[in-house]
Amino acid sequence: MQRLTRDQMAARVARDIPEGSYVNLGIGLPTLVGNHLPPDREIFLHSENGLLGMGPAPAAGAEDYDLINAGKQPVTLRPGGAYFHHADSFAMMRGGHLDICVLGAFQVSVGGDLANWHTGGDAIPAVGGAMDLAIGAKRTFVMMEHLTKSGASKIVERCTYPLTGIGCVSRIYTDLAVIDVAPDGLILVEACTGLAHAELERLTGVPLRA
Amino acid sequence: MIDKTVESTAAALHGVADGATVMIGGFGGAGQPNELIDALIAQGARDLTIVNNNAGNGETGLAALLKAGRVRKIICSFPRQVDSQVFDGLYRAGRLELELVPQGNLAERIRAAGAGIGGFFTPTGYGTELAKGKETREIDGRMYVLEAPIHADVALIKAERGDRWGNLVYRKTARNFGPVMAMAARLTVASVHEIVALGELDPETVVTPGIFVQRVVRVPRTATGPAGFKHAA
Repeated sequence: MQRLTRDQMAARVARDIPEGSYVNLGIGLPTLVGNHLPPDREIFLHSENGLLGMGPAPAAGAEDYDLINAGKQPVTLRPGGAYFHHADSFAMMRGGHLDICVLGAFQVSVGGDLANWHTGGDAIPAVGGAMDLAIGAKRTFVMMEHLTKSGASKIVERCTYPLTGIGCVSRIYTDLAVIDVAPDGLILVEACTGLAHAELERLTGVPLRA
Repeated sequence: MIDKTVESTAAALHGVADGATVMIGGFGGAGQPNELIDALIAQGARDLTIVNNNAGNGETGLAALLKAGRVRKIICSFPRQVDSQVFDGLYRAGRLELELVPQGNLAERIRAAGAGIGGFFTPTGYGTELAKGKETREIDGRMYVLEAPIHADVALIKAERGDRWGNLVYRKTARNFGPVMAMAARLTVASVHEIVALGELDPETVVTPGIFVQRVVRVPRTATGPAGFKHAA
């Protein structure tokens, strides 16, 4: 089978983001999606630390650390972009104004529960905006590797890591497949080239309807 | 004549009491009022509760305040970062209490305090560890968690430009928590890089009106440094 690279995953997510969308890209893998949005498609990128209309990273030497993204990397502002304070920024999420947010995950359950903030145990917890993002956008996409390093499925019957949000995920993009979360279970949208439905279901460990 | 400007950061921090709750603006380095934090360290107040999005970077600013042993508790959303070693050490040693709050709830709890709201129902965090023990309610078919306002004795914020009445404008994403923290504290101290005459700030674009600000102090402009997140395992 032809497992998708991280950039191919990002390009696949980008395909599903229509012109005019207000979108938040989470830290990590989802940030790559920004590199694959076609320049002729006007999409408003939101960053939780107070900007809409976020542009790409500045040229080396032109960094302005008063203009950063949620990952604290320097970014730019597109013409027409705007700055605002934190309560307004999170009102954009919680108020249901964002169309799409794309988040990384440790696990997603068949019911669309998301676990992406804490691995439990004695790890120092940090949540940031994950819980607000998970429940706030009209559609929440998850983007992650399908399997852990040890080969366990990250798509599970029930999350074992602490939850970020309940029933909040609408679609899952992995290196092996695109899967929709429906009220009555998971629906396979597409699998990577050379991966049969039965084999994907075996790897995933939960039913995937065609 | 009303003049909220003060001559020095030391004067700006005068009167902060032991046991005070102190909000500190900033998201990582952007908007973090380092000069005011240094002045708070010099001022000497102890047993503080700090409200900030993070828990300090490197060894300076908020990290230095923590290292000086002056903080009892921190209320924040994202303590763990690539360079949060001071927080990490104190937390693991059990010498610092942590109240972890989702970032949007943090901003809204601060805003609520400033707006005189006694609490609010939010969907954020419902069903998670961070909502454990909190009152919940179903409203129009959706589940919500009751969250309380966060009031502060002092807010230390960084703005770009201000006047003697305390009107403020900010710079780019350094705005972040400044406007809501200014509303939520009894004493709000703003550092600015420029103090302008009354009327010079365009009243249509004043972000924080002076009613929310008690002291303004000018500090030299310095570059805001980088700081990155440490990713979870």
